[in-house]
Amino acid sequence: MKHLVASRMERCIGCHSCSLACARLVHKCLSWENAGIRIQSSGGLSTGFTAKLCLVCDPAPCAAACPTGSLKQRKGGGVTQNKKLCIQCGKCAAACPVDAIAQDRQGNPYVCIHCGSCVEFCPHDCLEMREAEG
Amino acid sequence: MITENFRILEVNLSTERSAIKNVPGVETVLGGSGLAAKLHLEYSRPGLAWDDPSQPLIFAIGPLTGFFPLMSKTVCAFTSPLHGQYAESHAGARSALALRFAGIDALVVIGKAERPTVLHLGANVIEFMEAGYLWGKDALTTGKLLRRILKGSGHRTIMRIGPAGENKSAMACINVDTYRHFGRLGGGGVMGAKNLKAIAIEGNNALELPAGKEYANLFVDIYRKLTDTDMMRKYHNLGTASNLEALNELKALPWRNLQATSDPGIEGITGERFADDTLLRNAACAGCPVGCIHIGFVREKFHKDNQYLYRQVGYDYEPIFATGSMLGLTHAPDVLTVMDEVEKAGLDVMSGGVALAWATEALEKGVVTQEQTGIDLRFGDAQGYMRAVHMLGGAVNDFWRTLAGGTTAAAARYGGGDFACVLGQEMAGYATGEVFYVAQGLGLRHSHLDTGAYTYDQSKAPKDVDKALAFLLEDERERVILTSMVACLFARKVYDPETLRQCLTVLGGQALADGLDDAAARIQKLRWQARAAGGYDPMNVRIPKRFLEVETWKGRTDPQYLEELRLAYAGAIREMCGQGDVKPA
Repeated sequence: MKHLVASRMERCIGCHSCSLACARLVHKCLSWENAGIRIQSSGGLSTGFTAKLCLVCDPAPCAAACPTGSLKQRKGGGVTQNKKLCIQCGKCAAACPVDAIAQDRQGNPYVCIHCGSCVEFCPHDCLEMREAEG
Repeated sequence: MITENFRILEVNLSTERSAIKNVPGVETVLGGSGLAAKLHLEYSRPGLAWDDPSQPLIFAIGPLTGFFPLMSKTVCAFTSPLHGQYAESHAGARSALALRFAGIDALVVIGKAERPTVLHLGANVIEFMEAGYLWGKDALTTGKLLRRILKGSGHRTIMRIGPAGENKSAMACINVDTYRHFGRLGGGGVMGAKNLKAIAIEGNNALELPAGKEYANLFVDIYRKLTDTDMMRKYHNLGTASNLEALNELKALPWRNLQATSDPGIEGITGERFADDTLLRNAACAGCPVGCIHIGFVREKFHKDNQYLYRQVGYDYEPIFATGSMLGLTHAPDVLTVMDEVEKAGLDVMSGGVALAWATEALEKGVVTQEQTGIDLRFGDAQGYMRAVHMLGGAVNDFWRTLAGGTTAAAARYGGGDFACVLGQEMAGYATGEVFYVAQGLGLRHSHLDTGAYTYDQSKAPKDVDKALAFLLEDERERVILTSMVACLFARKVYDPETLRQCLTVLGGQALADGLDDAAARIQKLRWQARAAGGYDPMNVRIPKRFLEVETWKGRTDPQYLEELRLAYAGAIREMCGQGDVKPA
């Protein structure tokens, strides 16, 4: 099963096209935050940008923390999401060790579901869909 | 989505109170330039000084901001410290999307803070932060400290000033997210006058999109044109810096205060030289996949034991002209170093560079003395300019304080007006000929981007006043639509009127799409009326003698053509000003 990897972030120019694409195509809204992948400046010595996105944990702590089964373990790592079951408790976002889950102001979580919709909108091929190892 | 009314956030720094206002006019003024002019007409007090606390500082976005690629710019409007009239300055970085996701079409700042203040805004935050500890800090340090203090990395904009702004310089810029600027006409001075060190805006809300696939499909079409064709290659490849060699070849690149228009020293400062020797990486404004921001790298040995510091400096054609050829600097790292100091001081690089070039020639000619300047300046001496930048930004004595009010003001006091390279404000880097001199000299923003006059000069167009005038008026009208959307002007070939109509329609703005031509003419007039409200008379604009002495590939400036075009354009502007009719449409 393929998953999204931000494998060439050193090429990133910070245009946010990936986040905007995720919000537009997956979450049907205009946002750079309500998205499974989000970009921020890396700051300090490592100039440029970093991507915040799901690193395909298996087992995934966010799924373990979810009390309703809205987030479930995805085969090959990461999670699947059923938004209808979400009670906006924020446990998933708190459980993610790499801050890959964003919450909007209503508390709804946004996590990468590894659909790959963002990939074609990166002008510098920073992103790719990769087969899980092993 | 297109809304019925504009949502305006009005912030009063004197009372620390704010208001959300629903302002009508979406169909008549669209947004961006149109909205900024409308708001300035409503808020400004033409009888009062530019730094009166009641004067507004406006940031406006447009109906397409964020919804389509390269709709990534913000229009900043204010009463200019340079000429005391309506001014617009445009910038990108994250400013436009931050405003969009903060849920407002425009921010209007009025009043004056009692103490140095940072205004912190977002979809659910309006905060006035005491910032005495930031006063006196340079623009880059201020950005670094605020990034640490405020949350929301990546999804916010930090617009701040350096010492030049604090000193109310007419050449002070507003630095936006380090590498972009509301550069021209002294917006930084307006913030300084308001005791406003920075405005940080969190874009922490999401917006609705139209149902169905039409919008997403149109987005992809436009995105593909921008990324899969060669249309934008110029901008992300060498960037605007590619123009240096071309203009030098044409004998149209200003050198050493426009004493020459071509020089063999170009080899050291071409776009290729900058790319090969200094280019570290590219960056982009939020919502733009092109990535035209070129960040150069320069290291500097500060100790004999191989101890180095390094600087990362955003470069472009204009900054290289202003701190390179104009100052006689022909070594790319020197140019970047001076540029970096300009960034720290919070000066507009074009005005700052041109002012220093004038000061250098004034010293050479004995118009001013070293006693007055406190420093010797010589073309080609980077070390001198590194110091002079801070003397100008810091307004350290009478001479530099006067120059901070504009080269024209300094020339009026000390002499040297003949060689002040001023076209309404300090010139942009195009010694291309009569049409450009008139266009920048009289133009609304006194910007090389008001019209494509420098391109017109380079075409084979005959010396025909009527044709040149028609071009200036028509090109301005086309651009005003783009700057009301608010598009980056680099995308002007992609966003033709038909494409803009499709974009507006898919977002529910059929009426805006249908009325686009009328809106263009209306907004063009409205902006001139905003300018006229401050007392602008284009007939009073004079083109300094230096521009008559210029020799380009076409030969010498034709004084008769220049004068005839000046009078014709001034007449047309007067007509658009409505001779005193200053009420918004």
